[in-house]
Amino acid sequence: MLATGCNTADDILNAAHRSEVKGRSLWRDAMGRFARNRAAVISLFVLGLILIFAFFGQFLSSHDPAFVDFMLRGNIKELGGPSIENGHYFGLEKEGRDLYQRTVQGIRVSIMIGVIGSLVSVVVGTLYGAIAGYFGGRVDSIMMRIVDILMAIPFMFVIILLLVIFGRSVFMLFVGIGLISWLNMARIARGQTLTIKNKEFVEAAIASGVKPFTIIVRHIVPNLAGVVIVYATLLIPELIIIESFISFLGLGIQEPMTSLGALINDGASQLNRGTPWMIAFPLFFFLATLYAFFFVGDGLRDALDPKDR
Amino acid sequence: MSDALLSVRDLTVTFDVPRPGAWPWTAPRKLHAVNGINFDLAPGECLGLVGESGSGKSTAARAVIGLAPISSGKVMFDGQDLGALSPVQRRKYGREIQMVFQDPLAALNPRMTVGDIIAEPLITHEPSLPRKEVRTRVQEMMEMVGLLPNLVNRYPHEFSGGQCQRIGIARALILRPRLLICDEPVSALDVSVQAQVVNLLKRLQKDLGLSMIFIAHDLSVVKHISDRISVMYLGRLMEQAGAKQLVQNPAHPYTQALISAVPIPDPEREKSRKIMMIQGELPSPLAPPSGCVFRTRCPFARPACAGDRPEYHVVGGDHVVACPWYNQLENSTLTAV
Repeated sequence: MLATGCNTADDILNAAHRSEVKGRSLWRDAMGRFARNRAAVISLFVLGLILIFAFFGQFLSSHDPAFVDFMLRGNIKELGGPSIENGHYFGLEKEGRDLYQRTVQGIRVSIMIGVIGSLVSVVVGTLYGAIAGYFGGRVDSIMMRIVDILMAIPFMFVIILLLVIFGRSVFMLFVGIGLISWLNMARIARGQTLTIKNKEFVEAAIASGVKPFTIIVRHIVPNLAGVVIVYATLLIPELIIIESFISFLGLGIQEPMTSLGALINDGASQLNRGTPWMIAFPLFFFLATLYAFFFVGDGLRDALDPKDR
Repeated sequence: MSDALLSVRDLTVTFDVPRPGAWPWTAPRKLHAVNGINFDLAPGECLGLVGESGSGKSTAARAVIGLAPISSGKVMFDGQDLGALSPVQRRKYGREIQMVFQDPLAALNPRMTVGDIIAEPLITHEPSLPRKEVRTRVQEMMEMVGLLPNLVNRYPHEFSGGQCQRIGIARALILRPRLLICDEPVSALDVSVQAQVVNLLKRLQKDLGLSMIFIAHDLSVVKHISDRISVMYLGRLMEQAGAKQLVQNPAHPYTQALISAVPIPDPEREKSRKIMMIQGELPSPLAPPSGCVFRTRCPFARPACAGDRPEYHVVGGDHVVACPWYNQLENSTLTAV
């Protein structure tokens, strides 16, 4: 626009009037801060590699995850170790199946449980908390007492009971984790809503006649998003730990499916038989995933509320 | 007055204050933030509301716009009692009554672009308007309040306080309301910007024929913009008069004290003038003094002031004052501004 011979100040001013300037949103600022956090960026990279590994790793090995290698099964301690030649990159697990394929499957299941549980908590918890906080008064009291009551029930007990009564299934595990994961999120979202709803921009919206639900969606939730994203990211590893603990107890994922917790449990039971790879590989990926999620969560927190360190 | 756009009669706003450590079923104490105030606002008129912090001026305005509950009394807008409407019916009046807030940045959603913020009332009340039309209206409005219209995609944190206040004004005026409430619109800005914003409001009021309620604790700003001024103290109206009349001939001791405290922009005169000091603090609105609420700090208080609530006395024209002794006070200690 400026190149076509505008000489006068008026022309330049007019050009400035016409071209719309793009604003820097708070999200873009936050992304910039995140990019400068080295630990978080490295963790995000590691997390990306783990995710690629979990969803595409099975194509690198010709073994079937359910196939039992009877050739080696008789002597896993001597022959079942990690090796490139026979294609069992991580060795065999205790039943004689390929540990590489099992680990890939386990990471996939664990991460899916964490992510889905966390998504449930984001959707249910945020809306529940925002509604309770926004309407306040009696609605708030009743909704938050329900949360208190649910929180008072020992959730591990409930999950175990669910799995015992309805049978062990991935679906029940999702239900159990979904039931508990949104409670904390609802509290956090409510607390934040209480501070946001007294801000003047919410009052301005009320005064101009915006409907309450629109206010929650347009004004409250976007301003909750920072806290919610951070909490959701930190919730994923927590849920992975919970799932692993249940699987470690032998109640979680059912064969032939597996999860990192179940694999670690299997490996731990074989620990004194001289096959350390059985616990080492699942444990490595378990820890790497957890650390990556925690660092990314921390990085997001620093990036999203810079005042809140 | 039947030709008034807004007439407020005996408006009372009370808030429940739970006693500390009380049981949920014991009756809470009542805080009378606004205690029976009356005023009228003609179309195109600007009424200034002044008073110190806690005098209930903001609460009165918020009751008019529906942000504070009306406990008793009437708020008649264009012949319709706003207090009697359901929240859903009330929302329609968002078109007619808009508000400019005190803290310019807090009044703008940090996650929305300026264009979206200004457009919000428009989208709310005319949801079928095409996006392009909305955008044009927003840019017209931005130009009107003195913002570059190409900044629509910016975010509030990229603007200065004065610019943010202009955005707030643009949002309030995009629906062309008939009544604009300005709740201390300039007290968070520095002095040079204050003047710009006040002059902008004054110009817009004239151009658009707005009625305006202008709240401030700075008398010199209110005097500049208002046609009439109401002085509030502890939820009551102390005095009401035309702006010039009130500043030149304050009748109520509280108004006299307020006006004597306005600095004079002339060091010589500033040094020699006398300020009428008010002793003490604003009494708690939970337990206001009996009779005249100002008597605990009034230099002219006499025993009779503790009796009944003072009636409004007409000084002349539309000048009313809630002090029965207004023409017997010693006025010589004060200097006019």
